[in-house]
Amino acid sequence: MKRHTFPHGIHPPELKHLTESKDIETVPAPETLVIPLHQHFGKPAKPLVEKGDDIFLGQKIAESDGLFSASVHSSVSGKVKSIDPFSHPGGSPVPAVTVINDGEDRTDSKILKKEMSLEEVARLSSKEILEKVKEAGVVGMGGAAFPTAVKLNPPSDKPIDCFILNGCECEPMLTADDRLMQKYPHEIIKGAELACKATGAKRIIIGIEDNKKKAYALFCQQVKNCPSIFLSESERPFREVALLKTKYPQGAEKNLIYALLKREVPRGGLPFDVGTVVQNVATSKAIWDAVSRNRPLYERIVTVSGSGVNETKNVSVRIGTPIYHVLDFCGGIKEDANLLIIGGPMMGIVQWTTDVPVIKGTSGIITWKVSQAPLEFSCIRCSRCVDHCPMRLVPTQLAKLVKYDHLSEAESWGILDCVECGSCQYICPSKIPLVQWLRLGKTKIISKKRKKSA
Amino acid sequence: MTNILWPIITMGALGLLFSIGLVLAYKKLRVEEDPRVVKISEVLPQANCGACGYSGCRAFAEAVVKGEASPNGCPVGGGEASEQIADILGVKVEDTAKKVARVLCRGSLEAAKDRGFYTGISTCAAAHLIGGNKQCSFGCLGFGDCARACPFDAIEMGKDGLPVISEEKCTACGICVEECPRDIIELYPVSQDILVFCRSRDKAALSRKFCKNACIACGICVRACPEGIILEDNLAKIADYSKIKEEHIPAIEKCPTKAIGRISQE
Repeated sequence: MKRHTFPHGIHPPELKHLTESKDIETVPAPETLVIPLHQHFGKPAKPLVEKGDDIFLGQKIAESDGLFSASVHSSVSGKVKSIDPFSHPGGSPVPAVTVINDGEDRTDSKILKKEMSLEEVARLSSKEILEKVKEAGVVGMGGAAFPTAVKLNPPSDKPIDCFILNGCECEPMLTADDRLMQKYPHEIIKGAELACKATGAKRIIIGIEDNKKKAYALFCQQVKNCPSIFLSESERPFREVALLKTKYPQGAEKNLIYALLKREVPRGGLPFDVGTVVQNVATSKAIWDAVSRNRPLYERIVTVSGSGVNETKNVSVRIGTPIYHVLDFCGGIKEDANLLIIGGPMMGIVQWTTDVPVIKGTSGIITWKVSQAPLEFSCIRCSRCVDHCPMRLVPTQLAKLVKYDHLSEAESWGILDCVECGSCQYICPSKIPLVQWLRLGKTKIISKKRKKSA
Repeated sequence: MTNILWPIITMGALGLLFSIGLVLAYKKLRVEEDPRVVKISEVLPQANCGACGYSGCRAFAEAVVKGEASPNGCPVGGGEASEQIADILGVKVEDTAKKVARVLCRGSLEAAKDRGFYTGISTCAAAHLIGGNKQCSFGCLGFGDCARACPFDAIEMGKDGLPVISEEKCTACGICVEECPRDIIELYPVSQDILVFCRSRDKAALSRKFCKNACIACGICVRACPEGIILEDNLAKIADYSKIKEEHIPAIEKCPTKAIGRISQE
């Protein structure tokens, strides 16, 4: 069996065994939820509700503001307690709507109880599909939270021939996508077909890493069995499943495109530029739910794992549920746990409090017990970071350029291509915080550019 | 003897030739320069700090002569330089009050609680990327980016983890203001000695939890001088300094968290 891959990258311990056999459990909605208005790449959404308003499940509580923004919906029914800045997994507080749950889950009549039939779905035009995806506030659920409606609407001069479904889940420990693929294969495939209809792609490739054998076997079978949303045989996109080597960061968009199609996204470019669109499998399911049931994105699947939690689980959580509530559902955290990461262990963000909400991009909650922070030493110029950087950059040099504020030189060395995957820092024997340096440099360069254009 | 004669003659002739060339080049290719640029450059502090918005003192001098920059555009040279520049140009400038950078946070190591154990890069900009090392998301991070950036050595990191700005050395160039990721340094006229030393827009309960010296928007200062001080975004704000009179100050200084008051002179 051919296993696709990309050059460079790393092999961190997978640690998927902690949760890969655990089926998805549903966390009951808590009494109070905090739904941040900024859960996506781009500007925060504008609130549509006020303090004291009565809201129902799935009601749009904030409207997207600008092109790269996404709408936010309520994940329970109840009363709005306040709209104030609240701590956010990203680190800095953002405006959030606090909702008191009445436990009744009264829903909007627009949300359909049953899926529309395939014939009804087939009648939808690509414009209607896009409108529904936008209305449902769907964003990329792999972590970057890029608004899906923007991704599915490529510029007309860039024809799309291939839609890639990203089922890599290359982050160690996370198994949420794995479990999702095993539970909802048809929804995922149909969601991908809707994306094909919107973008005009004629081919679907489902990329799955070889440590998810069950999901791979299931998909190999289901691509043949799953009914299509295209009624005529000739319109149907060609479906195929591709096995990928287990390597980090296989699921990074640009690496995945290279691994599967051997196409290289140009510097500063997007997957559009090489005729592809990549979506996470969870996003694909969200697209299907949004289109076939008008169901907005108010729930997601999260892996709770690590040595600091009593029971590791895969759970389905309403957006806005505080992390401590999810951890309590998993038997609480151990007394000696001292590290909490939201996201995967490689790219996730360390938290200082458990009082932050689950957002659309939260793929994992990792708790850990660490004895002490690694000591940083000087660079010994071993070039391991250069050998492993999936974007083929020179992290050690870039870090140095940022340190001494040579930003324009750092830019010419390609710092803006960095995807912040953390491979360089993982492999660095001197434990230099390379990712933080690179991120700092990128932020400085981007803010300087913004200032210049303003 | 004749051995040395020929080299002297040839070298001398070459020297003469080149000097004639130089004289001709000087006459033909000379660029006329406004003498005022040189004069203005001389009165400028030559710190090349860039605070005026130009790449250096010379560039600023050229801009002033062209009329693009105002004669009082050099914050470092202050009133003295602007008067001299105005003399050179034969214009009048209004007197600009000398300004000084002030730190608007009293979240010292003791007063403001840490979020956790921060092990990343020890600069404010890097810590700010992940939301900071302190619980308060508005206050001083204490890694001294401002002190490192100051070209005049006017900022020192105090023992309490807050920057201390020397009033004499500070030239109000504004580089620290730009550098601070939390915007807690601002330029104020030297004469203004009542300031709000907090930027936290968190609600009172939160800011009190995060920092002992945070403004809790209780309104004591506003009641003391309603014309001069207002509350905005859970934070006291001096709206009009000229309205604050000597008799208001004792009442203002009753601030329970000492978030507003006189600048302490150490």
